[in-house]
Order: sequence, then C-alpha cells, then structure tokens
Amino acid sequence: MDQLILSANELAEQIKSGSVSAEDYIAKIFDRIKSVEKNVHAYISLNDSAIEQAGRMDKMVKSGERVGRLAGVAVAVKDNICTRGLRTTCASKMLEEYVPPYNATVIDRLQQEGAIIVGKANLDEFAMGSTTEFSSFGATRNPWDISRVPGGSSGGSAASLAAQEATLALGSDTGGSIRCPASFCSSVGLKPTYGLVSRFGLVSFANSLELIGPMGRSAYDVALILSCIAGRDSMDHTTLDIDGVDYTAKIKHGVKGLRIGVVREMISNGVDDAVAKSVHDAANKFEGLGASIEDVSINSLQYALASYYTIAMAEASSNLARYDGIRYGLSMNPEGFAWNAYYTKARSNFGSEVKRRIMIGTYVLSSGYYGRYYLKAQQVRTLIRHELAGVFKKLDLLIAPTMPIMPFKIGERVDDPLQLYMADIDTVAANLAGIPAISVPCAFKDGLPIGLQIMGNHLSEELLLRAAYAFEEVNGVKKVASV
Amino acid sequence: MNVKIGLEIHCQLTGLKSKLFCSCSADYRGKDANANVCPICLGLPGTLPLLNKKALEYATMISLVLNCRTPGTAAFYRKNYFYPDLPKNFQITQYNAHEISSIGVDGQVEFDSKKVRIRRVQLEEDPGRLVYEGGMETSLYTLVDYNRAGVALVEIVTEPDFDDPKDVRLFLNKLASTLEHLGVCDTRLEGSVRCDVNVSLAGGRKVEIKNINSFREVEKAIMFEISRQKSLGMKGIEVRSETRHWDDARRVTIQSRVKEEEQDYRYFSEPDIPAVNFSDDLIKSLKNQMPELPDARRSRFVEQFGLSEQVAQVLINDKYLADFFEDGARLYENAREVANWIVTDLKGYTDEFDGIRSLRIKPLHIAELAKLVDQSMISRTTAKQILQEIVKSGEMPSEVAKKLNVAQISDRQALIDVIDSVFETEKSAVKDALQNEKTVNFLLGKVMQTTGGRADPKLALELIRKKLASIT
Repeated sequence: MDQLILSANELAEQIKSGSVSAEDYIAKIFDRIKSVEKNVHAYISLNDSAIEQAGRMDKMVKSGERVGRLAGVAVAVKDNICTRGLRTTCASKMLEEYVPPYNATVIDRLQQEGAIIVGKANLDEFAMGSTTEFSSFGATRNPWDISRVPGGSSGGSAASLAAQEATLALGSDTGGSIRCPASFCSSVGLKPTYGLVSRFGLVSFANSLELIGPMGRSAYDVALILSCIAGRDSMDHTTLDIDGVDYTAKIKHGVKGLRIGVVREMISNGVDDAVAKSVHDAANKFEGLGASIEDVSINSLQYALASYYTIAMAEASSNLARYDGIRYGLSMNPEGFAWNAYYTKARSNFGSEVKRRIMIGTYVLSSGYYGRYYLKAQQVRTLIRHELAGVFKKLDLLIAPTMPIMPFKIGERVDDPLQLYMADIDTVAANLAGIPAISVPCAFKDGLPIGLQIMGNHLSEELLLRAAYAFEEVNGVKKVASV
Repeated sequence: MNVKIGLEIHCQLTGLKSKLFCSCSADYRGKDANANVCPICLGLPGTLPLLNKKALEYATMISLVLNCRTPGTAAFYRKNYFYPDLPKNFQITQYNAHEISSIGVDGQVEFDSKKVRIRRVQLEEDPGRLVYEGGMETSLYTLVDYNRAGVALVEIVTEPDFDDPKDVRLFLNKLASTLEHLGVCDTRLEGSVRCDVNVSLAGGRKVEIKNINSFREVEKAIMFEISRQKSLGMKGIEVRSETRHWDDARRVTIQSRVKEEEQDYRYFSEPDIPAVNFSDDLIKSLKNQMPELPDARRSRFVEQFGLSEQVAQVLINDKYLADFFEDGARLYENAREVANWIVTDLKGYTDEFDGIRSLRIKPLHIAELAKLVDQSMISRTTAKQILQEIVKSGEMPSEVAKKLNVAQISDRQALIDVIDSVFETEKSAVKDALQNEKTVNFLLGKVMQTTGGRADPKLALELIRKKLASIT
C-alpha cells in the first residue's frame, strides 16, 4: 500500500519492523510536497534535516534501540508552535525571521516518540481567522478544490493531511481552528479538554480558550498522537494532573447504550441544507450502532459567539503587545526614532485582521467599557459552562455540524469579517466551556467535505474518540484528495 | 500645618533564589547586560509564567507581619502599557477592582507608639532597566538590560496616615529591619527598596514623588516637597496634582519632564496563572516558621542583657547591628559594655547607610575590647585609640595594645616595684605626703609618669596609700 496514505499506526509498526525505511518514506513525503505545494501551499517552512533524522531512525531500528510510538512518522506542525532552530512565524511578517531557542512541550514529546517534523504549516496570521487566507505568506488552498479555502486557522495542517504531505499534524484551536479545517478538508481534528495538552510553546492568541490538538486521517491516528502529547507539564500551570493515558485502548468499544444529543440551535437557522442533512444521517447511523438519540436545546448558545469574540480579542490585544520589534522578530533600524514612533512603525507590520482584533480587544478592556463588554462576556461564559454541565448530566455526547456552511471560494468573504466570524458559531462553545470536541469526516456534497462535530464533557476524550471511530467504521468517506 | 503623607513601597525579594516566573537568578546585580535572562523573562512568544511558590510565601509572611488580612486566594492580573523595559508590554501584578486579589489587605503597623494603616501588600514582577550611556541628557541612544526583568517585587501601600517626615523615617527603619529579620529582602542592596510618596497639604492637591531609590532619601524628599508646597501656598499659587521626581544629586523634586497621559492599564485576569488558594494550614505553618521580629527582639535585649530601651532600639533598627551585638555578647558576658561600645563608639565610624558592614571589625574585636577595659588591662581612653586603629586594620585589640605598648600595668608586683623606686627618689615628698593629701596625688603623678601613663591609676593609688601607711 502507498506509504503516503498509510495510517500513522501501521507506518510506525512497519518502520519498527524494518519493512519500511523511514528515510525512504520521508523522502517520498518531500517529493509529494514538491509536486503539490504550488497548488496547495500547506507549508510556510520545511525542516531541512527531516530526511537525515529519518535516516538516524532507521539506524536506531537496526540496532534495536527504542524508537517510540510514532517512529519515523511525518508530522506537520502549525507554525504558531515553537520549534527550536526552525523558524516559527505565526504567518506574520512580525515574526518572519524568528527562530525560537526552545521547543514547545508537544514538540519534545513527539520527538521522544520518534516523530519527524517535516515542516511548519500555514495558518491565518497569529491563528486569527477561519480560512487561512490571512497568512502573510499567501493562502493555503483546499486540496479537494484548490479554488476554495481549506478552513482555518489550522488550514495548512489539515490540507497537508488531505494532500498526503504529512501523515499526522498538530493544530491549535482557539474557537474552532482545528475543527473547522478538519471539516473542510475531510480530516479528523480534536480540540482536547482545556488543560489536557500543554500550551508551553504555543504562541498565545487567547490563552484561556485555546489548546494545541492533534489532527489525522483517522480517529485512531488522532488517539495515538494524543496519547503522546497529552498530560501534565511543569512548564504550564494550566495543565491538568493527568498522565499516561492511552487513548487508543478503548477506541473500539463502540457506542452501544450511549445517550447522544443533537443540538437543535446548531442545525436550525442559517445552516446549509446539506450540512443539516448530514447531521441527521449521522444521528441515524449512531442510532443504528445502538446509541440513543435525542433532541436537545441549549439556550445560552445564542450568546456564545459574542462572548467568544469579546474574550478572545481582549486577550489577544494584550498577548500581541510584546511584538514591538525591540527584542526579536522583524529587524528594523531604530535610528532616529523615539519609543512611541518606533512602536508605531514596528506594529504597522501586523496584517489588517490582526490589527482589527487588537483594536477591538483594547476597546472592550478599556475602563469605561470593561463592565459592558469584557465582564459581560465572562458572565455569559460562566452561563454556558453551567448549562453544558447540566446537559452532560443527562447525555454522554452532543453532535452538531462543525461548520454551518460548505467550503467557499478563496477571496469570497475576505472583506466581510462579521460573516467570517459567524462561521465559528458552532465551534466556539467548546472553547468557552473548555470541553473537548472533535470533527470527523461526515459526508461529501458536490465533491466537497462536510464534517460532523462531537462534543463531550470535560476529559471525555476516550468517549469522543470511541464515537468517532465507530462512526468512521460505518461511514467510510474519502480522506485523501487527488491534487 | 496639616500634612498627609502616604507611601507606596516596592521591595525586591532578594532572599529568593530565582525570579518570580522563571528559574533565572534573582541576583542580577553585577552581571553583564542581558546575561541573566531566559525565554520566559524575555517574554519570548509561546512562553508561560511559572509562579515561584516561595515568593508567594514570602509575600504572605510580609502581609502577616504587617497585620494584614490574608484573603485566602491570590490572583494575578495584567497591567497593560507599552514601555521598552517591559518585555511583554504588560506587567503581571495584582489588582483589587473586581475582587480582592492581593496577598494581604487592611493591615496596621505600630512604630514609636504611633500607627499606620496598610492598604495592601501585593506581588508583582520588576521590569528591566533602561541604560543611558554617558547620562540621560547626552546619550544619543537607549540600551535595555533585562537582567532585572521578572525579579519578584512586593508592593506595600500605606494609607496617608503620616503627618511628619520624621515618622516616615522611623516607619521605614522599622519596615527595613522587619524585612531583614524575615530574611526576604536585603534592603541595603542598590535598588532593592524603592519608595513613591504622596504628599498633600490641607486644601491642596495630592502630589506624587517617584524615583526615590533608597529609604534614607525619603525623609529629605518629603521635607523638600512640604516646603515647596508651603511656599506655593504663601504665594497664593495653587498646588497642582502632578507627578514629580526626586533628584538626589540636587536634593529637589522636579516636575516629570514628560507629562504623563491619563493611563488606562486595561487590567484583566492573567489567564496563564490559575488563582492560588492558601490553606489555613499554610498560613499557620508560615506563622510558626516566623523568625523573631524586631519588637520581640528589642524586648529580649532589654530583659536578657539588661540593655536600656534606647540602646536596644538603636541595635534593632539594623539587623546586622543587632546580630553583631548578639555575637559579641556571646563572646564576652558583659553585654551592656559590648552594646555600649557598639552604639556609642563604633557607630561613629560608619555612615548611616552602610552601617558597620564596611568596617573590618567583627564581634570578636568588640568583645575583646570590652573585656580589656573591664579587666583594667587598658584605660578607656586607650581603648578608644585602639578602636580607631582596628576599624581600619582589622587587627585584634590585644595585639594593637602590645604594639603600641599601652597595656595597662595592673600587675601588683610591677607597680610595687615602680612605687618603691619613686619613694626612693622622692623622699621629701613622701614625708610631706604623710600629712598632706595633695602630695599623695603628686606621688601618683610620678608613678604615672614613670610608666608612661600605663599604670592602672586605681591600683597604683591603693598601693601608694598602703606603702604610706606602712611607713607610719
């Protein structure tokens, strides 16, 4: 079977057994990247030493050393996750030349398991967007139809999977940034429970909402990579006291007896008909697998989007203050500038969407408006948390569309930020509540993918992956595109 | 004149090994620029603050000794403003607008039978430092040194309860000594304690004085500011609400060159540091661990060593001095004598700020000096001469005495020999002395002359009388 479409699990097993050479496979990945990047543009930078690392892996295998659960597996890493010695740009001109002196915790953990980082995947600048069009280095295109957006902001990560430019990927999810591109590119993407995966080395956009998460072409692969990266990290005080869980262990246990709710607010107004139909079909399939399905209404969700954008922009306005061209990143000549003039000059290098969010975030935190916006948004957040906690007393899982709309044309919505923000309406609730949510390939319409979102209570990743796996088994949609 | 003075004190927790949010050394002094930094304190993209638990304990201890209420949870906030010494362009601090986030609130301190209320005690990070090579006025560029960035600071804010600059000095002395006794802050290190002062006169607006870089300058700055405001008042000029800087070279407060805009710091809760809950057990164990504090130590000095309140107070004001005394008293049992030598004589050789640290003299020296005088080995006057030598050289008093040949002759036989020879040469005086008391003094003078002033006068007089008595 073609190595480029093998599952991570099978690949690692074959590399460990010596039947596949890691060096050959990584070389094939790079050949593939060379041939499709002009159409897809999933990567901002490539790791020049990846093939060499794979060669070392083969030698370790031969000499019988322990090589880890992801031995030789090619991983695309979203370019807002720090990699020591490998440029990390956040798709921003501001960090165009920035090479981190340290690895994110997730990178160390992946490398300990033998994974090979092949490159840094494209994103919307500082992960602010849902189309990957707001990259300072050019948009990523959807491998299923290169005239369309791949979703975002982890668009490069998702596209690299569909275009077979990587076997696994890491994304980050602040308000849907893993799930949205997973949905648009027919891959599996998980936003874990807040605190399950370390954020150390993830360049902050909105700290209280976001997390690094795994992406792959199957639920099993996602479970495998999650097992490698999850767990407490002494470098991140917000991580939970959890360690050593193997998320593949119970993945085949099925959904029999599970109580699954279909979120009414997420399949009613404004939802594309094909999307709504795919969720109903999915519900039927779960029922067929022995789960019970019910209709559920979550009233506070109507305020989720406003609450999300208020909080996310507020935190962003503070997080992005450090990019002032003084210590790192953009090298600018300070000659003849007073501090404030220098700040103005340096910070004009942000893209327009980033500037918009910094300005709105600054506004909602300012003293006269704090109570009206930021405080209110936090209150709504608490409300949503409580309401969801109540729902999960009665139900095991919730299903809904990941995206209310189909992948659209590149450039179609760039000038309409509000409409773009609206596309996040079904994904932001999980971030506000800190609960896990996964997007799994659900259906195709006119050759374009539709994703199904499954949400669960805090730390229900095993259950989520079980449901995703069971659904995959009976659903069987395409995961690899012919670019 | 009704004056109101309030203080905002920042002290670095120099007793910590590492900075507030990373493992870089808290001891940044004397290092090459930007050599004491890491990705976290430089605020590199993707880094997260890791709270130093010991800093939290130290700040709690400070809150407890200032008799603050400790609300049980501490939360951190971001204070957002752009300044090049601030690596993240926000400072992680605490803030009480939406909840009580400070480590300690509503405290009270007694000093010199007065009281000052403490508004809050909070923990925050120190920024880096701007360096103007060749001086701020002439330098064509600014350098930034982040070695200090992220060092733990405790901010102590008082209510405006002072009405006399002298009281401020007494309070700050006590505070400094308390911090020293807790072992959390070496207040003598340059820049380890800083004080902003609010001064307002009845009917006038509040003026803030910043940039007072040591406690000893605070009283001077306040006195200047009071007289400045008074003279404005006499000229009928309104005192404006403003921020001024203390220029310690020119000994004046000057209006901040750049008029500070109305800053909106956009405080919000720091998402990377979950709120910390203090258990009652932790508070209890911190209380139990608390070392002896200045007030208790002063009382003990009075009781245990029989010192006067005043002498004890002088010693207690500087922990180094108090330790010096106690070490000396351990080496020689006449503690009062040891204390007197320290307080009345030794302090004369030191400036107010450095204390006796800079001298080469140790408790051992003072103990021996006191002992030599007590045992009449040397006279008090000689002892003072010796002290003058040893503060510079660090030699032992007995060695100096030997070298100067000033050791008192208190050896009975040696004195008897001297007296015998004086009686031999001064026969008529001896005869006269049998009737005339004044001539006895003449004979003593001769003995002193013969010994070069080294004879123990008390003993010599006693022996002279004895010999005279034996003649009759």
